[in-house]
Amino acid sequence: MIIDLPRFITAERPSWTELEKVLDRLQAEPGRALTLDEAKRFHFLYQKISADLGRIATFASEPELRHYLEALTARAYAEIHETRERGRRFRPAPWFFAEFPRVFRRHVGAFHVSWIITLVGVLFGGFAVLLDDEAKEAIIPEMFANHLGDPAQRVAEEEAGKKNGVSQVHASFASSLMANNIGVSIKAVALGLTYGLGTIILLFYNGVILGLVGLDYIRAGQSVFLAGWLLPHGVIEIPAILIAGQGGLLLGKALIGHGDRAPLAARLRTLAPDLATLIGGVAVMLVWAGFVESFLSQYHQPVIPYAVKIAFGGVELAVLVWFLSSGRTKADAAGAAEVRA
Amino acid sequence: MKSELRIRTPEGIAFAYPLAGPVTRCMAWGVDLAVILALVLATGKVVAVLSIVSPDIASAFSTISFFIVSIGYGVVTEWAWRGQTVGKRIMRLRVMDAQGLRLQFHQILMRNLLRFADLLPGCYLVGGLAMVLSQRAQRLGDLAANTVVVHIPKHAEPDLDQLLAGKFNSFRQFPHLEARLRQRATPEEARLALQALVRRDNLEPDARVRLFADLAEHFKTLTAFPPEATDAMPDEQYIRNVVDILFRQRATAPGRSAGKGAS
Repeated sequence: MIIDLPRFITAERPSWTELEKVLDRLQAEPGRALTLDEAKRFHFLYQKISADLGRIATFASEPELRHYLEALTARAYAEIHETRERGRRFRPAPWFFAEFPRVFRRHVGAFHVSWIITLVGVLFGGFAVLLDDEAKEAIIPEMFANHLGDPAQRVAEEEAGKKNGVSQVHASFASSLMANNIGVSIKAVALGLTYGLGTIILLFYNGVILGLVGLDYIRAGQSVFLAGWLLPHGVIEIPAILIAGQGGLLLGKALIGHGDRAPLAARLRTLAPDLATLIGGVAVMLVWAGFVESFLSQYHQPVIPYAVKIAFGGVELAVLVWFLSSGRTKADAAGAAEVRA
Repeated sequence: MKSELRIRTPEGIAFAYPLAGPVTRCMAWGVDLAVILALVLATGKVVAVLSIVSPDIASAFSTISFFIVSIGYGVVTEWAWRGQTVGKRIMRLRVMDAQGLRLQFHQILMRNLLRFADLLPGCYLVGGLAMVLSQRAQRLGDLAANTVVVHIPKHAEPDLDQLLAGKFNSFRQFPHLEARLRQRATPEEARLALQALVRRDNLEPDARVRLFADLAEHFKTLTAFPPEATDAMPDEQYIRNVVDILFRQRATAPGRSAGKGAS
């Protein structure tokens, strides 16, 4: 059976054009809410074009028209059936100060796993350097080559100001630290796609380097220097990497799906916004850590007394703990109740 | 690997998007790499100017801008252009939510950040393998972000008026033969004849003559119009008359048409 195509197009075209305009407006203004009448009209137009598509698909007609109607129906379908919150205007402060810690707390179990894996790596690295002096050279990568020598000699050079010129290039040093650390964090999350195995290896390896370098300095009697050098930026940088690891482990867990009956696509769909928030929060933390490392950590006694640097690191750590754990809101409680239900 | 993403709406309407294959996506990525390279080179010029003021700030700007361009290019363009980068626009590809719903920012962010895993161990080996093995041609980043990349053909309203309007149709003088042709022609045959007319200008002259000769011969076997209606008629005009009959019914009373238009 053949339909009268030109008459069909002439009669229905106004509705298609109207629907197209509504869709364009919705896409141009994502934050705009439709009034009840607009929503009713939008729904009517969607049903009408669905009927038109059903009609044209049954009868002989040219493919161009069918594709045009399909494309329009698909756009309207995406708007009508989307149950997730419509994209609001991004507000950085509430996102970082409220959403990020809330997401962190929601998945704090994965964070605990993350620091435990790193701690195992730290212990392994510590034992490795205790048992075998050559372990340092074998394990430490090229980029940390400045830690391969005698710690006492390095401390003497740092304190005498015979450094590698970092004090002259704060901005570039800070930027390279930020880029490198954010890159590592992204890798930690991305490696969650290996069912979490890649993330576990990365966290463990980071822990090994930390343990190896740390114990080497402690063994050489340079604990105070180590604390003064590491704490100002490390108390932010290390937790940031651990939170990235938390994201990677969450991704791995979602892929494995243990204890969750939802299909894979649904599990990933639920997790994706939280992962995006975690990696965004980590990036902000690492920008701060990069500045501190470049502008504070690289100055040593007598320029800045170690006590001041250690105290600064302690304050930062206290603020970070408060930031990530305090301020439990009603939304947290509501979220927990929803999960229990 | 399926060749299309089929979506069935609760209203009972099904539609499909052709999925983009690895080769097309690879070509789009090649274009994007060239754009990223061009952006990096452009920032290099700024760095050269900044280095006169402060080499330290110039170096920092270089590091940060390279990092932002390489990571942020895909995120920014796909968000601004609803799932498209420069390469995807050229290759007519688009990132979509796997359920056909609205693409969210976090989906774009995740699929771009997780690209690192797809690049392993080099040359997109993991991502390419995942695409070949995946039912929806998804790389790992797409899988985690619940997105697919589809091919978007041009969607324009068809214009039949320029094909058929205002032309005298000698077949209309034989209503009973008109009705017989409508009854005997299948939708596929009707569509074929219409497409031949729509695309006639894209054909080589010889091919065009042969195609319309074949079509005319076929439609003559379905319904034979008397010689006075077809005498000295070129095959292309014959098919034009056939399409006119198949797709445009005899003019109806004006009132009926207007009523339908107002509904």
